Amino acid sequence: MIPAAFEYYRPSDMAGVIALLEEHGDDARVMAGGHSLIPMMKLRMADVPHLIDLQGLSGLSDITVDTDSIRIGALVTQTDIIRHEGLAAVAPILRETALQIADPQVRNMGTVGGNVANGDPGNDMPGLMQCLNASFTLVGPDGERDVAARAFYEAAYMTAREDDEVLTTVSIPLPEGGYAYEKQKRKIGDYATAAAAVQITKTGEICAAASIAMTNLSDTPVFSEAASMALVGTSIDGTALSAAVSAMLGDIDPTEDNRGPVAFKNHVAGVILRRAIERAWSRA
Amino acid sequence: MKDEIESRDDRVANLKGMGCSRKRVEDARFTQGKGNYVDDLKLDGMLFGDFVRSPYAHARVVSINTEEALKVPGVLAVLTAADLEPLGLHWMPTLAGDKQMVLADGKVLFQGQEVAFVVAEDRYAAADGIELVEVEYDELPVIVDPFESLKSDVVLREDLVAEDGGLPDGAHGPRKHHNHIFTWEAGDKEPTEQVLAEADVVATETMYYHRTHPCPLETCGCVASMDKVNGKLTLWGTFQAPHAIRTVVSLISGIEEHNIRVISPDIGGGFGNKVGAYPGYVCSVVASIVTGKPVKWIEDRMDNLMTTAFARDYHMTGRISATKEGKITGLHCHVTADHGGFDACADPTKFPAGFMNICTGSYDIPTAYLEVDGVYTNKAPGGVSYRCSFRVTEAVYFIERMIEVLAIELNMDAAELRRINFIKKEQFPYTAALGWEYDSGDYHTAWDKALKTVDYDGLRAEQAQRVEDFKAGKTRKLMGIGLSFFTEIVGAGPVKNCDILGLGMFDSCEIRIHPTGSAIARLGTISQGQGHATTFAQILASEIGLPADSITIEEGDTDTAPYGLGTYGSRSTPVAGAATAMAGRKIRAKAQMIAAYLLEVHDNDVEFDVDRFVVKGAPERFKTMKDIAFAAYNQAIPGIEPGLEAVSYYDPPNMTYPFGAYVCVMDIDVDTGVPEIRRFYALDDCGTRINPMIIEGQVHGGLTEALAVALGQEIAYDDMGNVKTGTLMDFFLPTAWEVPNYETDFTVTPSPHHPIGAKGVGESPHVGGVPCFSNAVQDAFRPFGNRHTNMPHDHWRIWQTANKLGLHD
Ligand SMILES: Cc1cc2nc3c(=O)[nH]c(=O)nc-3n(C[C@H](O)[C@H](O)[C@H](O)COP(=O)(O)OP(=O)(O)OC[C@H]3O[C@@H](n4cnc5c(N)ncnc54)[C@H](O)[C@@H]3O)c2cc1C
Repeated sequence: MIPAAFEYYRPSDMAGVIALLEEHGDDARVMAGGHSLIPMMKLRMADVPHLIDLQGLSGLSDITVDTDSIRIGALVTQTDIIRHEGLAAVAPILRETALQIADPQVRNMGTVGGNVANGDPGNDMPGLMQCLNASFTLVGPDGERDVAARAFYEAAYMTAREDDEVLTTVSIPLPEGGYAYEKQKRKIGDYATAAAAVQITKTGEICAAASIAMTNLSDTPVFSEAASMALVGTSIDGTALSAAVSAMLGDIDPTEDNRGPVAFKNHVAGVILRRAIERAWSRA
Repeated sequence: MKDEIESRDDRVANLKGMGCSRKRVEDARFTQGKGNYVDDLKLDGMLFGDFVRSPYAHARVVSINTEEALKVPGVLAVLTAADLEPLGLHWMPTLAGDKQMVLADGKVLFQGQEVAFVVAEDRYAAADGIELVEVEYDELPVIVDPFESLKSDVVLREDLVAEDGGLPDGAHGPRKHHNHIFTWEAGDKEPTEQVLAEADVVATETMYYHRTHPCPLETCGCVASMDKVNGKLTLWGTFQAPHAIRTVVSLISGIEEHNIRVISPDIGGGFGNKVGAYPGYVCSVVASIVTGKPVKWIEDRMDNLMTTAFARDYHMTGRISATKEGKITGLHCHVTADHGGFDACADPTKFPAGFMNICTGSYDIPTAYLEVDGVYTNKAPGGVSYRCSFRVTEAVYFIERMIEVLAIELNMDAAELRRINFIKKEQFPYTAALGWEYDSGDYHTAWDKALKTVDYDGLRAEQAQRVEDFKAGKTRKLMGIGLSFFTEIVGAGPVKNCDILGLGMFDSCEIRIHPTGSAIARLGTISQGQGHATTFAQILASEIGLPADSITIEEGDTDTAPYGLGTYGSRSTPVAGAATAMAGRKIRAKAQMIAAYLLEVHDNDVEFDVDRFVVKGAPERFKTMKDIAFAAYNQAIPGIEPGLEAVSYYDPPNMTYPFGAYVCVMDIDVDTGVPEIRRFYALDDCGTRINPMIIEGQVHGGLTEALAVALGQEIAYDDMGNVKTGTLMDFFLPTAWEVPNYETDFTVTPSPHHPIGAKGVGESPHVGGVPCFSNAVQDAFRPFGNRHTNMPHDHWRIWQTANKLGLHD
């Protein structure tokens, strides 16, 4: 498992990165933590003649908590997310999710930007960001633009990001209410068999708003608006849970792999979502 | 004068001999990253070789074009079968009496098969060269199912079919079909059929013990270095049997054995994976001879999982009969064994299905019959014993499942059914219906202790309550109580019936005592993490009265160590450990004569006492072993040669039979299929206990590998013969997170024929653990009508069991 030869670059500013991306087009890729990209290169499934390391850039490793939103720099690691007390206070779902990603060694390297930009349906952060209605800031030769997480994912490894754009920031509106990230996996270090991200608010004993996204159950993360809506206005009773689950099942499209056949995945997706909603509701 | 004031207890403690939880002397280097593994070896001018491997499971190799590969800077040569053929090395013998292609000779038989060997200045250039070797394949129909294979017109091994279409006998007798390898029988067929026909109750079950892999942390590899000036070949490698490798290399290469030196440096786990001989070894040797430079070959993780030495892949059908009261009367077992493209099992020559004929287990079963059919398919060759003595895991899994199924048939408690049928203490030595003579055992005592410790009756009551709660909709978790009682058969073995490639399976120890009273002992075995340097020194300390800390243990260099058959099948302590004790006794015998001379008494007037010889009846008159060692080198003693050395080659009179009683308590989430191990209790009886701490470590490791196999670890193929589990993302290797807290316990029933009564323990926990974990899963579903489901019990398969039983409705 040895990658093909590649040129290595470590520019110190964004202009340098963009210039290299423009120069080499398809043949260039940026690398953040490298924990998705390097395994693919070693398996020779990704051919990257020009590898641009982002770790020489400054200003992409900050976590900023404002009154109405959170900004996370692309190079913030999953470990940074777990350790950040201010973040855990306002958006505890981020820590809950990050703790269920891989293992400590991987989390020390893997970045938020890499996780959401990668486009692997197995990554946990994309679904989370859809649940939180985050947006991604992309910088390219033509300047900066924002894309909503819910509009970013097109197919496995296909996103709205152009080849010559770099994801710099993840912006998240301050979440409200109860939360849960529920994930079933085969072992530590495994991607999800099924995972659900849920944020939920209540007025009195009635659900006021809900947001539901699922991980690794389609070729993209799945924000299920129908499932979210099925909860609003209910007291999250059995009927509401069943309605949310069946709405969610209408939105996902799992495929068979070593984690199991489709029927199993659908069933587990339902169980996991139910548990996530119940836990989020209990915290709302 | 210190000696005189030391109490006997102090002197015993000072030796750190048998029974002491001496800290492992190996760990200082392993925990500091100072181990010396084969990949750490760097020699001047060393080259690196790696394989072009087949992407197809079955195909003709039409052509191989190496032109572009040879243009890669740093690539020096690309070897193919055509290059090896003139040397007669394009095929090699396997340990199972078959032969195996070293490099694809006209066709490939499994995905990942070695097709060409690229030799380069470093591993990076080799990897680039591999990409550019152009191989044209012509795909052939793929067979991954052994039952289909036996019906198929497709001939997998044309080399084993005569020109007139006839089927020459294989290494183990007549073959029934062109894809059939052997039939092996044990026991009495007709009487068994008769007993089954006349029985009150017969339980029948078919089970598949899936293909898996030992997956040691360190993969296989070697460095071959041919010194053209003195004609000597040195081969470092991950060899569990370095002497056997030396002999094999000599036989197939024609290099005289004295000109070959095989060295096993530190080995990072073997578990059977490193017993066999692999194409990488042969190609490295040839490449070194061709280039005149040292050549290294190291597998990556995928190579290891996909090509070298899988384990299991046994399709087993059992019929077991009993009286209404539950006394077992007969057992019939048929196995269809999937050996892949070549029969490269590592078993003693006369045992093509290993010791599968221990499948009557710990029970007094008067009549039994076993038949095993070996079959070729388009899968990787191997069939090693992953942390068990030859095929014992399969045998114990089989009987421990049959017992559970019989208990269901009889509507009886499975613990009670075992108790009724155990071989009784007074029946030992016990000759089983399939031939083995069990040396010793006390199963009832162990079983009762285990059940009492876990409060078995309390667990059953809790489980009954859980079932009621489940039915009432109060919980979605079921509770399973896994039981297993196993008897291992280890320590291969007596030369009269155990050999590998004609080499008798004795083992050896050579001891040299230095003048100042320290020593070095060399053995024919090789540690792969078992802690030999610690425990063998302890055996010697007790035998010769010098502190274990003053004894160096050395293994793995064929130029210095005495000949032995290596380490696997839990044979090191039973065989080499016995040799160690016997060699120690030779030292002691000579020491006695020296002591008597020094004390000016008759030989018979002195006796051994911990670390010294004392004059009988006058304990104040003594010579310590240290004194004696010095005397051996500085005194001219009439009639006694100078020096103090001994060597022993030990041919064991019988195998040893460790046993144990395990209980697992598991909660299963019916909706997700996730099992949670609440408790695991393991009682092991390995006879005399040399180092309790090391035993405990071995039990923990073996149980963890058992958990892995039972709950998810598998080498799975799709219909096209593609390996679906070739990386550690999909091949289940448990972490500390998945592993429960193990409770260990023991009884001690020494082996009557072993010099120190030890039986071996490294593999017991795996052998007993797999059925225990599996039985826990199966037991959880028993109240809902489950009889048997196949391993691995990963989430989706457990879910599927629940689903089929209607538990999701
Ligand atoms: C053993 C193991 C287990 C894992 N388990 C999980 C898991 O359970 N859940 C999970 O979510 N992840 C898991 N991962 C993935 C891990 O979290 C990765 O680190 C993460 O997905 C990618 O982050 P990275 O910084 O390593 O990205 P890299 O590997 O550096 O990059 C990944 C991809 O994103 C692109 N990219 C990276 N940064 C940017 C950017 N700023 N702008 C544009 N493109 C960019 C790269 O070009 C590349 O294509 C696992 C990884 C390993 C090795």
